[in-house]
Amino acid sequence: MSPHLTRYVLRRLLQAVFLLLGVVVVNFSLIHLAPGDPITLLAGDGGDAAYFAAMRAKYGLDRPIVVQLALYLRGAFQGEFGYSFAYGRPVSDVILARLPPTLLLMGVSLALSTVAGVWLGLVTARRARSALDRSVLVGTLIGYGMPAFWAGQLLVLLFSVRLGWFPVQGMEDARQDYRGLARLVDLLRHLALPVATLSLLHLALITRLTRTGMREELSKDYARTAHAKGLPAGRVATRHALRNAVLPVVTVVGGDVGTLFTGAVLTEIIFAWPGLGRLLYDATLNRDYPLLMGIFLLVGTCVIVANIVTDVVYAWLDPRVRYS
Amino acid sequence: MRHVLTRGGASFAEGARAPARLPRWSVRFLEQPTATAGLALVLTITLGALFASRLVPGDPLVGDGPALQSPSRTHWLGTDELGRDVLAGVLHGARVSLFVGIAVAVISTACGIVVGGLAGLFGGWVDDGMMRFTELVQLLPRFFLAIIIASMFGGSLLNIVLLLGLTFWPSTARLLRAQLLSLREREFVVAARAIGVSAPRLLTRHLLPNALPAIVVNASLQVGGAILVEAGLSFLGLGDKSYVSWGSMLNNAQPFIQLAWWMSVFPGLALLLTVVGVNLVADGVNEATNPRLAGSGRR
Repeated sequence: MSPHLTRYVLRRLLQAVFLLLGVVVVNFSLIHLAPGDPITLLAGDGGDAAYFAAMRAKYGLDRPIVVQLALYLRGAFQGEFGYSFAYGRPVSDVILARLPPTLLLMGVSLALSTVAGVWLGLVTARRARSALDRSVLVGTLIGYGMPAFWAGQLLVLLFSVRLGWFPVQGMEDARQDYRGLARLVDLLRHLALPVATLSLLHLALITRLTRTGMREELSKDYARTAHAKGLPAGRVATRHALRNAVLPVVTVVGGDVGTLFTGAVLTEIIFAWPGLGRLLYDATLNRDYPLLMGIFLLVGTCVIVANIVTDVVYAWLDPRVRYS
Repeated sequence: MRHVLTRGGASFAEGARAPARLPRWSVRFLEQPTATAGLALVLTITLGALFASRLVPGDPLVGDGPALQSPSRTHWLGTDELGRDVLAGVLHGARVSLFVGIAVAVISTACGIVVGGLAGLFGGWVDDGMMRFTELVQLLPRFFLAIIIASMFGGSLLNIVLLLGLTFWPSTARLLRAQLLSLREREFVVAARAIGVSAPRLLTRHLLPNALPAIVVNASLQVGGAILVEAGLSFLGLGDKSYVSWGSMLNNAQPFIQLAWWMSVFPGLALLLTVVGVNLVADGVNEATNPRLAGSGRR
């Protein structure tokens, strides 16, 4: 790693720390702005009088606001976000238990939509203004405007209700006791529609971006040179132009984690997927504030971390980036 | 009225009226079929929203028809589980969506102009501070923040509009700042400075008009974005309960998805068409006003 890159990475990390502090402060302010006693927001109502007294002392609710903030920060960095009203367990436990299904949904969808989007962008850029190009463009336009929750309902209507190809909801068939491969197939069948729903926006974004990038790169001198020296068009596209055109895609993949979380929440509610989104939805119904805050902090942290990682990866991939 | 001067010798005959001319950018806008289609969509939906009470009289939140009836002559788009007319909901819902979209775009554009303007004009530590703040707001998970605010303080339209308006501005601020940084070095700005034009006048007369097209494009994209977030909140049951909204209609439709497809299809279609229409208009304005693209043909 060049010294410039190292310095750049260190500076971005420092910024990340401040951004994380910012998110925690926003969280803290919300607790104090909210109607009602902040202790219930910090500690939940899953304890007895002694527990509340201990929490009051711990967060110093009678002390100056700055001291309270410091204490809150200390708690947050130790992973203490109070007790969930509804579950009567620490918020961190509740969230961690529900994270894997969401990560599965997001991971598969991110991987599929990125690969498919780059491929579609590549193909359409090379056949500009063809019927295929135009229909893909219309598709991306719809993908941009399509709310995930409606897309999910339409997919259910078509593929579950009409055609009966996929299950309407859930992550596995509770009536069957599948083992091994059968269980995996069952999971994939349940995964298909949620992944399709969540991928739509991302697919549209990446397709558009790759297509624009490819068209720009293919019109540049180096691409013309590669053509002129007799390389087949496919090779020029994949070996030369694509490598430059996909650079911006990296920023979208990493910079869109927040959108992906949002999409996942809405998708999970449509398909009763037992992940974070479902948890969030139930938390709003129960007014489970500590849980809501915990989820907000988690998502905020993920977004910031993903952003920094993206910037660093980008700088590493593209030596032209100035580390300013 | 725009005054058209004729140059190069051509002059109008005495008494002949000059043909009505549209500004160049609007001609370039209307030349694009996609932009015109988008504009038509937006206008249709706006008309539907404006005349909702005329077209489907009565309270859209009160049902008087048979429950769960498929589209028929009396209820064109069918009815929901309480016998409420879906068409009435779709038309009245347009009001909420358009109001939220436009109000959010106005608030966030104003905020973005202030923050981006200060950063771009003053530079130095003002710029640094403003940009760090912008970055923080941009990275806050907006939808999740909205969920918390709505469940703590209630999801009234005012709360939703304020929250979104105060979180959508970073893109505007960054855009304006970048524009200002490049405009600052341009000759006409240097010249204006040299003859002693004051800073506020420089901003309002020389800089903002040049940065305006990009800001307008961004604002119209924010309209679409805000409409989608409001719909998402209402879909979670966190929207304003005193108005019909497309999101809440889709929320109602969810348990009946296997019985009554029309409850889901029509509000969703209205939502999709509105957002696509607004985005098409934004694209069209971009193509029509971006000097870099003008003359190079459409992509």
